[in-house]
Amino acid sequence: MNFGDIARKRLSFLVFFFAALALFAAPQAAVAQATPQVAASAASPAAPPAKAADTSAAPAAPAASAYTPLGPEWIKGAPTPGAIDFQKQYSPTGRFAYRFHQVLLIPIITVISLFVLALLLWVTVRYNRRRNPVPSKTSHNTLIEIIWTVIPVLILVVIAVPSITLLSRQYKSPPKDALTVKATGYQWYWGYSYPDNGGFEVISHMLPDEEAVKRGEPPQLAADNRMVLPVGVPIRLQTTGADVIHAFAVPSLWFKLDAVPGRINEKTLFIEEPGIYYGQCSELCGARHGYMPIAVEAVPMDKFNAWIASQGGTVKGAKAALPATEKQPAASAAPGAPAAGQAPGPETPASPAAGPAA
Amino acid sequence: MATTADTFQAHAEEHHHDADHKPGFFARWFMSTNHKDIGTLYLVFSIFAGIIGGAISGLMRWELAQPGIQILGQISLWLNGNTDMDQALHTWNVLITAHGLIMVFFVVMPATMGGFANWFVPLMIGAPDMAFPRMNNVAFWLTVAGFTSLMTSVFMPGGTAHGAGVGWTVYAPLSTTGSPGPAVDFAIFSLHLAGAGSIMSSINFITTIFNMRAPGMTLHKMPLFVWSVLVTAFLLLLALPVLAAAITMLITDRNFGTTFFDQSGGGDPVLYQHLFWFFGHPEVYIMIIPGFGMISQIVATFSRKPVFGYLGMAYAMVAIGVVGFVVWAHHMYTTGMSVNTKMYFTAATMVIAVPTGIKIFSWIATMWGGSLEFKSPLVWALGFIFLFTVGGVTGVVLANGGIDDNLQDTYYVVAHFHYVLSLGAVFSLFAGFYYWFPKMSGRMHSEFLAHLHFWVFFIGVNVVFFPQHFLGMNGMPRRYPDYAPAFKFWNEVSSYGYLIMATGMVIFFVNLVYAFTAGKKAAGNYWGEGATTLEWSLSSPPPFHQFETLPVIEEHHSHHNAIGDASTAGAH
Repeated sequence: MNFGDIARKRLSFLVFFFAALALFAAPQAAVAQATPQVAASAASPAAPPAKAADTSAAPAAPAASAYTPLGPEWIKGAPTPGAIDFQKQYSPTGRFAYRFHQVLLIPIITVISLFVLALLLWVTVRYNRRRNPVPSKTSHNTLIEIIWTVIPVLILVVIAVPSITLLSRQYKSPPKDALTVKATGYQWYWGYSYPDNGGFEVISHMLPDEEAVKRGEPPQLAADNRMVLPVGVPIRLQTTGADVIHAFAVPSLWFKLDAVPGRINEKTLFIEEPGIYYGQCSELCGARHGYMPIAVEAVPMDKFNAWIASQGGTVKGAKAALPATEKQPAASAAPGAPAAGQAPGPETPASPAAGPAA
Repeated sequence: MATTADTFQAHAEEHHHDADHKPGFFARWFMSTNHKDIGTLYLVFSIFAGIIGGAISGLMRWELAQPGIQILGQISLWLNGNTDMDQALHTWNVLITAHGLIMVFFVVMPATMGGFANWFVPLMIGAPDMAFPRMNNVAFWLTVAGFTSLMTSVFMPGGTAHGAGVGWTVYAPLSTTGSPGPAVDFAIFSLHLAGAGSIMSSINFITTIFNMRAPGMTLHKMPLFVWSVLVTAFLLLLALPVLAAAITMLITDRNFGTTFFDQSGGGDPVLYQHLFWFFGHPEVYIMIIPGFGMISQIVATFSRKPVFGYLGMAYAMVAIGVVGFVVWAHHMYTTGMSVNTKMYFTAATMVIAVPTGIKIFSWIATMWGGSLEFKSPLVWALGFIFLFTVGGVTGVVLANGGIDDNLQDTYYVVAHFHYVLSLGAVFSLFAGFYYWFPKMSGRMHSEFLAHLHFWVFFIGVNVVFFPQHFLGMNGMPRRYPDYAPAFKFWNEVSSYGYLIMATGMVIFFVNLVYAFTAGKKAAGNYWGEGATTLEWSLSSPPPFHQFETLPVIEEHHSHHNAIGDASTAGAH
């Protein structure tokens, strides 16, 4: 029994393998097709969860002066006890990446691992000393060697296409007039500054565990002052470090960017729904590295503007004496209403030119 | 082989006195120039360092078994003399730093390139010793000095508290302005010493392999383990000087006012990461490639078949080594690289899966049609192949820059690199250990205990590390002494897994004690027909000096692993 013979006899198996490859390719196409939907739903963010509607009317309150922090029923981006999966995704790139992982990567790596395991079990059962006392002397077979070189290459090509697509989506620059927010990592807390809104900085420390529990928030993740952001609009999120390198990370928004001293890194963040999204510093930064969580509170634009006002900041574009049609805040009662009509003023802030430094 | 072996054995008997003249204890073990003695020293050192590194991971799993701070206070009390919270948390960083540095530089590398390569490269190529025996000795003692320096650093002021709490990657500026005190200097100096030792031994291996092969053993007839050491030695030679440069710049930034990595003086912290990972990525192949070589020998031996696709196997290692040098920035996807750079590193990284796949499938093809005998080394090798595959496929996931944006610096990464190293490299180490231990010691270990060790350890490490994939996907960052309650379940499971794994290690040590006290004397070729490389032509243990008359590898010789079957190979 020669290995080559086996390989040739099992050409039908090869056919099966290519069929499987084609199967893998199909979901790749599905991923690509699914994205316009994601974008579409992003443009009209979903309503807040029903349970929240009766317990908390806060996000629905359009009154500019009535900012109150979201309650614990709005927690969306947080780890689930005992979970074996990613956190639910609330950004378009996050959903694309998650689908890419679930539809393509997980099946491929599972099949490969099980395939290798099956081959190992087969050789131990079929080619042990008892059943096969006389070993073959086969040591070469060009055909099979070419096959196991080419097929992995094809699998990798199938993975590479959506992977590169994902990268280019993640790096799509925000529109010129997008809101800029800067996260600064300090030892060991975060500072969130709003250069478009008067440049004030909010300092955010971890809440002590008892205090977090009292507020109904998860210990180790809750912060005293949250990073308040508007939903439904692209945000130019910049990160930098004040002392050592930190990393700004929010798993449920598929967002992680190092905060490096002397650099300003920048990426677009788009949050689809109002809610609270937790993250943690993700680059070793010293003793209290594990104690500087990130708590993002995403609210509709009008509520965001109310929050800005409550912090003593200036609402973006308000100074510019815009036509009445673009008056702030937009009188939108629907929570999470898109801010499409809120084109900010002409004087776009001069954001640092560093960009995603390379 | 039989002819060569008999000829040589007869010769060894004749010169028994010369061949076995050993120096006294101090001269033999402290001034050693004998490659086998130095190999033994490396292995003993590696086991010793492994106990410390493993104990540290035990402390870490203990701390992480429950939310909240468990034992850091006590460790900090012992180390710093108080229970201040910040100091206790710094102690956590000292533990992770020490665990990483010890396991990489003082356990895996001394075992593969120090222990097994020193022992078996000369034996497998039919050489009497290494090319530079004295330098071999210096290299070992530099490694010991490096370890001493690292251990000293733990008791030195390192900023918030005693010890270097900067992670094994020693990123600036945490390691420069962020950590005053001599601890980090001692840790860096430790890497300098260990690195200098590794550069010396890699020069030694390259010279030995290129110049001291027995007559007739061409490069394409060398056993694959020798190939693996050759490739690894080149990786070390090219990568370590870059590390040395990077950490020297850290030293001058710390002590002499330079600003290589300090933005306020025109430097750049990310530059350090590029330099570090230009070393750091080849380093992971440095740890695993000798394992590839050992697995190839073992699989062929216990299948009683030559290695399938010998040339493909050898050049797959070369390809992994070459490509391994151009993928470093996949460790830095979140540092703010440009999108084009990220796309390049994504694509280049995935390419490595191809030669790795060739190796996995060639091992399976070697066993296909073979006559497998499930001795302990083969069982460990089978475990290696499967676990390395699992660690490899999660590597393909992480290679995608866009996916890594979520998983970077989470427990998913921890799980991935422990699957390829703690489960991959360490399984190959145990496979090699059980394969060659009787050859080195002259005593047979207990096969029962070796199998039991395998099963307990196999279950243990999987229970430790598989749940960490879940923790990472769920968002738990690495290098955290405490975590949100949602992460409790899998952390607890992982910590129980450590207990199982530790039980496996106890079995290993019991087996060692058994072998040295009650083990049967080992024959020259105790694995029988399938073991065809030159070390099996010698007694167990081999004479103090071997191959005083060089063995001749004959052209028609067809059972050698490395040569393959002459009738099918055709093109020799």
